[in-house]
Amino acid sequence: MSEKNVKRKPYGKLIIMGIISVALYAMLLLKQDIINQYIGRGGMYALLPILTAFIFSFVHGSFTGDFWTVLGIEAAKKKKEVK
Amino acid sequence: MHDIVNTAANFIHLDTINIVYLFLVGFVGGLVSGFIGSGGAFVLTPAMMSMGVPGLVAVASNMCHKFPKALIGSIKRAKYGQVDVKLGIVLGISAEAGVLYGAQIQENIKKAFGEAGSNLYVSAAFVVILAIVGGFVLLDAWKTYKSGNANNEEEKVTKLARWVQSVNIPGTMVYFKSINARISVLFTIPLGFATGMLAATIAVGGFIGVPAMIYVMGAPSLMASATELVIAFVMGLGGSFKFALHGLVDIRLAMIILAGSLFGIQLGAIGTTYVKPYMIKMVMGVIMVIVLFSRGLMVPVYLSQLGLIQEISAGSVKILKNVSFGIMIFALALGAFIVLKAMWQGRKAQQEMAAREVFEQSKI
Repeated sequence: MSEKNVKRKPYGKLIIMGIISVALYAMLLLKQDIINQYIGRGGMYALLPILTAFIFSFVHGSFTGDFWTVLGIEAAKKKKEVK
Repeated sequence: MHDIVNTAANFIHLDTINIVYLFLVGFVGGLVSGFIGSGGAFVLTPAMMSMGVPGLVAVASNMCHKFPKALIGSIKRAKYGQVDVKLGIVLGISAEAGVLYGAQIQENIKKAFGEAGSNLYVSAAFVVILAIVGGFVLLDAWKTYKSGNANNEEEKVTKLARWVQSVNIPGTMVYFKSINARISVLFTIPLGFATGMLAATIAVGGFIGVPAMIYVMGAPSLMASATELVIAFVMGLGGSFKFALHGLVDIRLAMIILAGSLFGIQLGAIGTTYVKPYMIKMVMGVIMVIVLFSRGLMVPVYLSQLGLIQEISAGSVKILKNVSFGIMIFALALGAFIVLKAMWQGRKAQQEMAAREVFEQSKI
């Protein structure tokens, strides 16, 4: 494999997203009493868990995706796309 | 305020063991879901309940981790060209209706026959549907494996799917790229609805959704399992919001499971690029058939609670419950093992091929 074909691994993005992800989880667990109280109210507060889920999935999803890339576990080169 | 206190009491205390446990189950569940489109979440509701989480909160929190997981999984698999977004949304909307209807039926059964009646209904649905659909999927995968066609990328379209594709009902026809044909929405609506009803009953709509896309509509396995993630996202988002309106989502549980399952779903999605299409059916069929036994074991317990058969002693009930849960964990673990093994072999084969190419080139 020529060096031109070797993609650079996303170390920087992995670290940044990793830090934000850890911070989000730390906040969730440290402030769990307040968070539970608001989310437990229901009604309009129903938007809170949905929003939380979207934010966590964006940050942690990006982190986990890069995590496997950095470990060298990537999709097969030959795509199995089925027409 | 009274309500808030009551609802807050629904949220259990979380210790490190619980967090690690949920993270790991989430990971394995995510791995399987990333591969077959769904099917990793059914263990989570009983797992949470075993920690003391009330049933409804467990269902709500499970759902609230499923939709962001499905979102990430479908984005990943869309990169591999495996997702039919239009089909996912069309089926997802009717599935949402199915979820609401299924939940209503559940509620009515609970009112009429109590908790045991509701449990019996869920277990009976598990056993009947998994026996029919799971048996069929597994048999099909096994036949492909035995026939020597396992290495074929092209899959045979069933007679039923060819007929469905041939029916032309003016004004209802929609083109789907995964099927490369026009299909009447009069077929997709009931299939989506059934997917949603199953999701509301046993928490895994994909056990109907994926086989329906493959065998009734004629979609390839890889696309069907990837598109199921879109359906799961649409269904999960609506369902989570409905539960959240009543303050039933324990966001800590949902996000901890999500933490593990996002690692898993990325890996499962990568895994699909290394395997032959029949492996999707194989993993799905194996899990469905094993889970069927897990739920089947619980049927006598609920029958005795309803007084329909002789009473079963408390000791026996406990044993049956534990064995049933154990079998469920085993089903998921076996599914994950097959996914990882297939992926490992696929990667190895690719590396060997790359090494051979380098060798051939160096000879020239």
